Amino acid sequence: MDEQQKLQEFQDRIDAGEKIEPKDWMPERFRKQLVRMMSQHAHSEIIGMLPEGNWITRAPSLRRKLALLAKVQDEAGHGLYLYSGAETLGVSRDEMIDDLLSGKAKYSNIFNYPTQTWADIGVIGWLVDGAAIVNQTMLAKSSFGPYARANLRICKEESFHRKQGHEIIATMMKGTPAQRKMVQDAVNRWWWPTLMMFGPPDDNSPNSNELIRWKVKTKTNDELRQSFIDRTVEEAHDMGIEIPDPDLRYNEETKHWEIGEINFDELYRVVTGNGPMNKKRMAARRKAHEEGRWVREAAEAYAEKQKLKEKKAS
Amino acid sequence: MGENGINRKGGEGRMWEVFTQKKTGDPHEHAGNVHAHDAEMALQHARDVYSRRNEAVSIWVVPSDQITASSPDDAGPFFDPAEDKIFRHPQFYKVPHVSKKRR
Repeated sequence: MDEQQKLQEFQDRIDAGEKIEPKDWMPERFRKQLVRMMSQHAHSEIIGMLPEGNWITRAPSLRRKLALLAKVQDEAGHGLYLYSGAETLGVSRDEMIDDLLSGKAKYSNIFNYPTQTWADIGVIGWLVDGAAIVNQTMLAKSSFGPYARANLRICKEESFHRKQGHEIIATMMKGTPAQRKMVQDAVNRWWWPTLMMFGPPDDNSPNSNELIRWKVKTKTNDELRQSFIDRTVEEAHDMGIEIPDPDLRYNEETKHWEIGEINFDELYRVVTGNGPMNKKRMAARRKAHEEGRWVREAAEAYAEKQKLKEKKAS
Repeated sequence: MGENGINRKGGEGRMWEVFTQKKTGDPHEHAGNVHAHDAEMALQHARDVYSRRNEAVSIWVVPSDQITASSPDDAGPFFDPAEDKIFRHPQFYKVPHVSKKRR
């Protein structure tokens, strides 16, 4: 069968709603895109532990501390589900981790912003995880089996993340004026970066068409962004939080909230490594990797010693 | 030192496939993989990664390179022999229809 025929058959399978599994024939470009998406997604979960880990020791109560610890542990788990999925396409875990540590691989831009106050932890759960859920719910139906399955697992856990953040914010909004101010300040800083998590607008999104044709994604960046906005604006108003967008208005005809223009120059600035925290995040990740090295080496040495023992005994 | 000046020693270890059983009576289902240097560590990692909320009552781990899988390219001829054996299904047989009488 020639390449063109194979490609047509592949597209037919996708159009019929079939899932593609790792050992199936797939265009090289599909494999590359999936490896890129899954490893970037995995790296984001891993780097995403850092801004929140920053507040574990300073959580205001034991209840909040337990929740935050469990949440950060979940993020590690999500990273591992996704690495596991990417590995089915023949890329090794060590390779992916090398690419992250060397700065070759990207991760979600949102984690290049600092967590300045406790309200930021609430806002991350409510806004950042809220945005992630919108995206991941779509990806749970992705045409690539391992990616869909990893996202399904993630979605089951992510609603706790969002809800604990929402609870933090709602509680603070019922607190003192200083607490309410702290929340509003956090929302002011996180609102726009969160909207940028959905990626560039549809008319300037180089990967989108292809990914939608292959049903890796089933909605465009702007569609996902809009569904997040509609849901979140109502919740914000309900808690007495102002959305930092003077152009925000409700369109009675379309029944959607319309926002002002997103400053994508800012996105490109941060993506290309010039955000407030890029260097610190990478330095922290490299340090953690290096400091864990003795554990990995010890485990390796122990396993080898056990093997030798077994050989001698038999 | 490997590429990019990163020390490759102390890597992630061997890959293990993880199978979890949700509750007794259920079959073990594939959950994903973990990396570990030995079986005991693989089992502990599998618990931490795939059962943080009691999703499993039993876990199997097996080195990934020990699994032999059928190939999708040969799926046609490989599974074909079963296709013309319709006599293995109950629909193949015709029996007299007996209507149930109410007493």
